Order: sequence, then structure tokens, then C-alpha cells
Amino acid sequence: MNLRVDWRASTSLVGTVVKWLAVAMAFPFALAVFYGDGVTTFAASMALAVGVGWGLERLDDDPDLGAREGFLMVALTWLAVSIIGAAPYVIAGEGTVGQPVNALFESMSGFTTTGATVMGNIGFEKHSRALMMWRQQTQWLGGMGIVVLAVAILPELTVGGAQLMDAEAPGPGITKLTPRIAETARALWKLYIAITALEVVLLFGLHLSGVAPNMTPYQAVAHGLTTMPTGGFSPAARSIEYFSAAVQWLIIPFMVAAGTNFALFWHAFNGEIEAFGEDNEFRFYVGVLAVFSAIVAVLLFTGEGMAETPTIGPLAGNLEKSVRHAVFQVVSLVTTTGYASMDFNTWGSPAQYVLFVILFVGGSAGSTGGAVKIVRWLVILRSVKRELFTTVHPEAVRPVRLGGRALDERAVRGIYAFTLLYLLIFFAATMLVYFDAARVGLDLVALDAMSAVAATLGNVGPGFGIVGPMNSYIPFPSTTKLFMVFLMWIGRLEILPVLVLLTPAYWRS
Amino acid sequence: MHVIIIGAGEVGSSIAASLADAHEVVVVDVDGERVDALTYSLDVLAIEGDGTSLATLREAGVERADMIIASTNDDETNLVACGTAKTVDDPFTIARVKNVDYLETWQHAENRQAFGVDFMVCTNLLTAEDIVRVIGLPAARDVDPFAGGRVQMAEFEVGTESPLADQTVREADRFDSLTFAALIRNGDVEIPGGETVIRADDKVVVIGSPGSVQAFAREIAPGETPSRNEDLVIIGGSEIGYHTARLLEERGLHPRLVEQDPERARTLAEELPDTVVMENDPTDAEFLAREHVDEADAVVAALDSDERNLLVSVLAKQLGARRTVAVVESGEYVDVFETVGVDVGVNPREVTAEEITRFTRELHTENVALIENDRAEVLEVEVDADSILVGRPISEAVADLPEEFVVGAITRDEEFVVPRGDTVIEPGDHVVAFVGRDALEVVSERL
Repeated sequence: MNLRVDWRASTSLVGTVVKWLAVAMAFPFALAVFYGDGVTTFAASMALAVGVGWGLERLDDDPDLGAREGFLMVALTWLAVSIIGAAPYVIAGEGTVGQPVNALFESMSGFTTTGATVMGNIGFEKHSRALMMWRQQTQWLGGMGIVVLAVAILPELTVGGAQLMDAEAPGPGITKLTPRIAETARALWKLYIAITALEVVLLFGLHLSGVAPNMTPYQAVAHGLTTMPTGGFSPAARSIEYFSAAVQWLIIPFMVAAGTNFALFWHAFNGEIEAFGEDNEFRFYVGVLAVFSAIVAVLLFTGEGMAETPTIGPLAGNLEKSVRHAVFQVVSLVTTTGYASMDFNTWGSPAQYVLFVILFVGGSAGSTGGAVKIVRWLVILRSVKRELFTTVHPEAVRPVRLGGRALDERAVRGIYAFTLLYLLIFFAATMLVYFDAARVGLDLVALDAMSAVAATLGNVGPGFGIVGPMNSYIPFPSTTKLFMVFLMWIGRLEILPVLVLLTPAYWRS
Repeated sequence: MHVIIIGAGEVGSSIAASLADAHEVVVVDVDGERVDALTYSLDVLAIEGDGTSLATLREAGVERADMIIASTNDDETNLVACGTAKTVDDPFTIARVKNVDYLETWQHAENRQAFGVDFMVCTNLLTAEDIVRVIGLPAARDVDPFAGGRVQMAEFEVGTESPLADQTVREADRFDSLTFAALIRNGDVEIPGGETVIRADDKVVVIGSPGSVQAFAREIAPGETPSRNEDLVIIGGSEIGYHTARLLEERGLHPRLVEQDPERARTLAEELPDTVVMENDPTDAEFLAREHVDEADAVVAALDSDERNLLVSVLAKQLGARRTVAVVESGEYVDVFETVGVDVGVNPREVTAEEITRFTRELHTENVALIENDRAEVLEVEVDADSILVGRPISEAVADLPEEFVVGAITRDEEFVVPRGDTVIEPGDHVVAFVGRDALEVVSERL
């Protein structure tokens, strides 16, 4: 068979990225030295990353990337990084996450910013602080995008970088903020670092001012690293419930920011603050957050179907608590962060179903959020409105508009296709997960299975029932976990860049 | 004045005819027959030759010319002719163009000096503006655009039925970017205060953004001014059709536009967010009936051929449309159109010639509209740092000026600024002001 894709070039560049992963591991390594726990784990992992990366790099001395090689490189990068990123868990060998399949699940969940966990005992009793920090850090690296980072720092990616970022970036198309793609990538990362740093400082500030007793410097850094990528791995077993109300309120705006198109922040930093108000998607996004938060807040306040929650006491009739938990949870799930301010498994079914629906909403294009993305829903709504109009006026010519700009019909079709494909995969995957669970005798409730798939495919993290925010994905059989690794992988890359690799047409002619 | 007109077509001939009495006019055209015809019909010197050639211009006496009017049918020829004339001497140059892009480039350029053109007239845009004036504000007695169309002055008569009658100005002033410049009562100009009561039979002069003037017109004469989406139908997506739709959109209306060519229809639909663009044969009576063209307040026929425009207008009229306006390219057909029942025939060449003639007569004032036979004027002035208005709140500046002076609107960097008491005018702003006759002399000195 004559392959038309230069897989050596792609793999070689994947090797370069993997090699650099060793540098990323320097931070947990330093922590390991500081706390005197896990030094060998990270030394070995770094050696492995350099070794594997160097080996892959040898495949092609002068890699030349075309469009097809770009897809392959992006898809393989995420797979390779997740595999190497699993090494520290396996080498440390502690707890459930020490087993290879679980380690891969945890690593993929981290890099794709899903936040679904198979870690049995979350906390420092079983796992070193360094290993926990690595878990948080994988999310931060994956949030703005490994490939965007690679484009920002690797000179060999300046040509074709736009294509690579397009294959990786959440949402349809990328916005070039500057004429040079590497500069755009750097601008995005700088913003990302700046907002992360701001959150860390503010969180620790709360601690110093006494309203956040548990928010130690370690915790502040850990939550900074997992909010901005809409990740959701918290080093606290009970997620954000462990922290005070002040912390919960502070995290909400940062989650909202994480689900916002970063291009808007870039414009804002360049003095065009009105970019937010003028952006259709942002307005729709804020509207969606507000409406769903209001619905859930009312449901919580009236105590509809609510079970007693021993850890935080009843919400019904308590306005501040109802509003806080409603807003927090809605924002957390819409932006696909996946933090929990309380166990929403205890909420009544109406509120739970609202949360289930919003697992499909997703963040803005160009944000770190996952799932279908706000902008696609907006385009779908507008084109449905257009259909209704043209049914009455068959001769009318109506472009679908976004921000005053008329969308190309091909772009609209692409959005239909993506969303339909997303839902198809969701239904097919739910069946598979259900059957695989039944095979090993695991009794799943329909909502549990559906939410588990929606939460992994959409990179959200927690679902309902056995995969609820205070539970984990441990009970699933290994086959299901590997399947979910696949779901998280295609979910992060928006399906098509990975699926295209599975078509014969991609490899031939 | 020694005036050279390049192009002896309808526009050129018409301008020549209106200037011939008072000025020394030379007309240049490449077509010998036209030159001959003109020689016998008008008292002007007609020369055969290419207006873009220096030799021809010299022959026409460009060295001593005060004004060059380039009015051929070809945009580029007109621009080059003006540019060529400027290389010899500094006559005042006027160019007629069809393409709005050239107009925008010219307006954008520093001191409006692009292409060596001192004044530019865009046929397509002028025609569209004319159409919009005819159909957009039927209740208005007079409408004049200022500041490149960003500001409008309109004079309305308050009918006894009008909801505005017996309201105070404060009550009537519900529009963000609209100023009540004056009331004209029994022929006297009155500057209204907040408590002034508007009476039936008063005339109101308002200055504001086209959108707010439109909204005001709807308020003052609800029955006459189009407001519903179904009210206005433009047939034909020609440049004139496009600009008509665009100007109507600017006035807050939602017209419908019919265009037969799918690609052009798509382009128009993308450019015109508030217009419903429909792709169909506009002479299809069944389609027109289904789209309720019979209920339209006004149907504009802006297709590329006069015959089809006539057909469409008659068809629309027969279906029951209230008013029809048709673009008529050949001037001699205008009467025919109006005879068979088309309400208004608009000839782009006539509109252009009128504008150029009007301009040559008023050359030295920036832009003026006369109110009520000279009782007052609306002026547009670009203020410099020396002006009494600059650098302090309007309320302070106005105190130093005669009473019959009202700042109606300001445009800054081509953006509309609502003038209020605390607005500070900056150098370079365009101020559109209402000035009573008695105050005129003092005001023009100090601005």
C-alpha cells in the first residue's frame, strides 16, 4: 500500500513535543525535592519523556508538515502526551491510579481538561504532593492546548502552525490575533498565564484575609491550574465544597472567564473593552448562564425533590446558598470545568435534568471549554429561525449572521454536521458503555450511563449517580475506561481531526 | 466664470444649459455629432476631443478656467480629467462618479483632495437618496442631508390630528439624537424652550440622525410614514436599489428587495442585514401578489432597464401598491412613465445635473438649507480652534450668541454626536446649526 501521508514527519514532531514534556515535569520534580517525596518518580518520568521523545524525533531529521500530516501530528501529540503523562502515576504505583489503564485514564482526563477521575483516595495521605500537582498541571497544559504551546515555542512549527492550531482549537475556526501565528500562540498563552496568576493571587489573598481557611499556597496554585483550563481536578476530595463560600464566589468569575473566547480578552487588553458587549457569542453565553442559573436557583430554593445533605445542610429557603450553588454548578458544567461546590447527586431530579442538558452546551469558541460550544448552538438557533422564515417566504435569501457578518453556508453546514455527529457518537457510546457495564454485571442507571458519556466526550468530568461529583469512574471495567479515554481524546480535538484519521481516504490518494 | 464641462451627454448638456446664461462655458466631448448638436442648441463653445488629454484641455482654455466639471459616463475618465486639469492650474474640479467606492475614498482623504477632485457627486448614491427622500418621509415638507448624510434637517407641518399637537417640546422630545431647532408659527421663527407648546399648524424644524428623524416623522404623522416591514418594496438589486435599501435601513426601516440573480441576491442579503432579500423574477405577478406587494406603501423599481421598470411599476400599481417610484435612465421617458400612472420617475442623470448645478451656484458656503423663504438657515460648518463654540460646553458658548441660534447636530470623525448643554465641541467637528435671519451676520462672523 502506498501511503500518501508522511507519518514519519508527524511522529518526529510528536517526539519533539514529548521531549519538551520533560521540562513541564520539572515543576512537580522541584516540588518532590522540596517535600522530599516522589523524587525518583519524576526523575524516571523525565528520563522516559526525553528518551521516547528523542527516539521518535530520530524518525525524520527534517520533518515537513502538510495539511494531512498536521492532523496526524495533532491527534498523535495528544495521545502520546497522555501516555507519557501517565508514567508518574504508574511509577509511583500508589492506589487505584497506579494501574496502567487507570493511569492512562487519569492522564488523558487531565490533558483533555475533562476532570473525570479514577483516583480512589484523593488527598495527600496516599499520593505525594508532587504527583497531585502533576495531576493538576496536566490540565493546565492541556487547557490552552499543547499544540498551541508547541507553536508558540517551537520554531519548526511556524509554517503550518495555523493549521495545527485549527485542528486543536475548540470551536469552528481560529482567530489570528497577529499576523504571525507563533505570536498569536504566545499572546494566548501570555493571557492564559496572566489570568491564572491573578486567580492564584486572589485565592491566596482570601486565605490571608481569613475568609478562606483551607486555601493554602499549594491549594491556591492547584486551583489556579485547574480553573482556567476548565479542568476541574481539585486536590481536595470534596472538590470546592471543602472551601469557604468566599472561595466559591471567587472561582465563579474565573470559570466564566475560562469559558470565554480568549480573543476577547486580547482585544480588551488592547483597549477595546467593548469587544465583549459587541460579541454575539459572549452575549448569548452570558444569557445562557443567567437563565439556567436562575432556573436551578429557583428549584433549589423551593427545595424541589431535594434530599437532605448532611455535609452542608439544607438549601431550601436559604437564598444565598441556593443562588451560590446554582450559579456555581451551572457555570461549572456549562464551561465544562467540572468543579462541585456540593454533591449535586442529592438534588431533586428536575434540577439534575437541567444539569444534564447543560452538559451539552459547552464554552465559547476559542476558550478552554469543551462540549458542543455555545457558538454552534447560536448558529443552529439562528438557522432554525431562518428555516421558519423561508418556509413562509420561499424566495427569501437569508444568510445566517453572527456579529453582523454573514456566515458562509458551508460553515453553517459544517456546524450542523459536527453537532449531529456529536449527538450520534453520544448515543452510540452510551449504548456501548451500558452493554460493557452489563457484561461485567455493573448495574447502571440510564442517567448515570448517559451522563458518564456526555461528561467524558464533552470534557466536563463529573456526571450523575456512580460518576457523581463526589464519586469516581473506578467501578467501570477497563474496556469501558479505555473507550472513555478515546471519547475524551476525540472530544478535546472536536472529533473530526481524529475521525478523519480513521478513514481510508485520508491515508490513500 | 470660465467653466469647462467634459462630456456632452445628458448630465453635461443639462449643466451647460443652466450655466450658459451667466457664464462662459466650454463643453468637451469625444463624439463629433454631439459636439455639433450642442454647438447649434446652446450658446456654448463645443470642442471635439478627449477630456483626459492635456492638449484638449489647453484648447478648452484650462489655464484660465475657474471650474472643470467632468461628467462623462465613465468614472475613471472623469477622475483622470480632473487630475489632468490640476497639473496645469488650480481650477475648482467637480467629478461625477457612479461607483460609491470612489466617493468614499474621496471623502476619506485629507481635505477631500483625492484624485485632484474638489467636489464629487455620486450618481448612484444621489439617486438612492432622492428615492429615499421621496418615499421615506412623505410627511416632511423639506428634507436636507448634512455632514455626508449623517445628519438630516427636516421640516414638518403639525396637523390637527397629529399626536404632537398641544404637547410641550419637553414632552415631544423623546428621541435620543434629535434636536428641536425651531418652530415656525404664522411665518415667525421661534426658538422653542422645554415648555413651549406645539400647536396644530405650526411647522417644526428638527435636526438629527436620519433614524431619529424617521422615528419623529412616524410620531408626527403615523398614517403617512412607512413603518411596517411590508411597507417598502425595492425591485431590482442594482447599485441604486442597493443604496436605497441601505439608506432605508439607516432610517430604521426594514424594506424588502427582489433580485433575480442568485449570486447578486446572496451578496445583497449579506450586505443588508435589515432587508429581506428575495430571489425571484420581479415581473412574476403571482409572486408579487403572494408577497403582498399590493399592500405596499411604496414600490421602487430599480432594475437595469427602463422597460422592465415600467412593467414592474405598472404591475405593482395595478395590484394596488399605494405609490410607485421608478428609476428612469432615459430622461425623455420620465413623462411617459408619469403619464401611465407611475407616481414618480427618477432620472439619475437629472438628479446629478441638478446637484452639480446647485453646487456651482452655492460654491462658497459649506452646505446650507433655506427655511421658509429665507427666514432662517440651517448651516453646516467645520469649526476650527478659533471658533467661539470650541472648547467649552455648548450652553456656555450659546450664551454669547444671539438667541436665534441652535446647535442641531455635531459629527466628529464621521460619527454622530448628540449635542446637549454639556457637550464640548472640538476643533474639526462639523456643526449643523439653525440660525435665524437676524442672527445670521453675527453668527457667521464668530463661528
